[in-house]
Amino acid sequence: MTTLLDINVHEKSYGPRRVLHNLQLQLRQGEIVSLIGASGCGKSSLLSIVAGLDADFRGKVLLDGLPLDGVHADIGLIFQEPRLFPWLTVAQNIAFGLGAGGEHDPRVAALLEEVGLQGHAASLPKQLSGGQAQRAAIARGMFGQPRILLLDEPFSAVDAFTRMKLQELLATVAARHGLTVLLVTHDIDEALYLSDRIVMLDTRAGPPRGHYDVTQPRPHTRAPAAQAALKDSILAELHAAHAI
Amino acid sequence: MNKQTLAATTAASPSPPSKLRLPRAAWGLLLPLLALLAAEVGVRSGAIPDNLLPAPSEIATTIAELARHGLAGHVLASTVRVAIGFAGGALLAIVLGAAVGLNRTAEALLDPTFQALRAIPSLAWVPLLLLWLGIDEAPKLVLIGIGAFFPVYMGVASGIRDVDRKLIDAARLYRLSRFALARRVLLPAALPAIFTGLRNGLSLAWMFMVAAELIAASQGLGYLLSDGRETSRADIVLAAIVLLALLGKASDSLMRRLENRLLAWRDSYAPS
Repeated sequence: MTTLLDINVHEKSYGPRRVLHNLQLQLRQGEIVSLIGASGCGKSSLLSIVAGLDADFRGKVLLDGLPLDGVHADIGLIFQEPRLFPWLTVAQNIAFGLGAGGEHDPRVAALLEEVGLQGHAASLPKQLSGGQAQRAAIARGMFGQPRILLLDEPFSAVDAFTRMKLQELLATVAARHGLTVLLVTHDIDEALYLSDRIVMLDTRAGPPRGHYDVTQPRPHTRAPAAQAALKDSILAELHAAHAI
Repeated sequence: MNKQTLAATTAASPSPPSKLRLPRAAWGLLLPLLALLAAEVGVRSGAIPDNLLPAPSEIATTIAELARHGLAGHVLASTVRVAIGFAGGALLAIVLGAAVGLNRTAEALLDPTFQALRAIPSLAWVPLLLLWLGIDEAPKLVLIGIGAFFPVYMGVASGIRDVDRKLIDAARLYRLSRFALARRVLLPAALPAIFTGLRNGLSLAWMFMVAAELIAASQGLGYLLSDGRETSRADIVLAAIVLLALLGKASDSLMRRLENRLLAWRDSYAPS
């Protein structure tokens, strides 16, 4: 598989505090990569840079070999919280990129069905549960048909059962659309379930502390015995990095 | 306990004691009615001199009498002044507040001056407005406009400045122009604060209207207040005060209904 996204961050700092340093990461077309590491190690900063929301860094991000300059239609971002616009209906939120009247676009109905929100097109965000709101956020992230989807701990604010359903939804959607996914998570089981590859960032800014290939082909099963050793080694490394 | 037993127990249990249930609007009337009752009893028993505080029944009679002798004209004159002054002040405040909220240069240029002007008491404007604009309608409308301006300006400017950065980040993914970002995200998100400013501005517009009419007017509720003082008619003064309270409450209720309609999307605390 060819490299779709080539991330090379020489330095990202917040004042005197350097959070990313000499970090290189390549994502191949259709690959799902999870980023794990301690809080504050720069995972979310990296996603902001790749999404084009943060231009205040040294380095470059290449998409198909071409440097990215700001937000790009091929890259979607789903945040930790749904961040739906509360004054818009679910359908208007999903089609926000089209502006007024966008909610009538046929893609909205198709996405609502895909994420299991049929019948909620006219609902306001306040009428949704946490899980439903995050489904709407996923649909909104998918509406522009991005090739790459960035997710910043997207399921951390929902209960365990909802999280499992959303993980399955993401796996299905990613497979159906051939998405390349970069997922930030603190949940090792989530990373093992969803990813082809897990990248562990170090507590101190620097190159990734570890790369772990999930050899089991997708769709993955949950907590297979074959991955117990991999999970143990990731946990041991996180301990060594004082991340947990 | 099986289902049948539970059903039987439920059916046999007495209904819970009924609590005193008043409509929400009735609760708001409770305090004024108690005050009126106390005043009526106090005046009639002689505990309160009626030249200082006429009995509420006497005030009602005065209002009825005034109604037969041009009260509608006074109410209309004051209401029209408030409507025009508030509309002008609020409109200007929305434009300038949006400019200050959206643009750092505009904020640096305008905000310090507005904050200084905001501290000037309403009565301090009166001599200047009379000097500049004479004693006709213009100074009254400008004074009311000034009263409405600052709360609305503060609501708009701070409402925009305080929009959740996370929402703005979500919107930036769509490569919106600055204008589209303001129209589609910042202004809707700031709407709750804008409405708080509008309601405060409307309330101040009524207050500034009284200040304007007390000084130079031949019609209006402020004029009635002044007339009642000059003729030592406490009943007229209180009648005007009651009417001001009712008009202020009515206009605020209208604004609140508009707010509830436009901000139905808010997921706010609603006490039971």
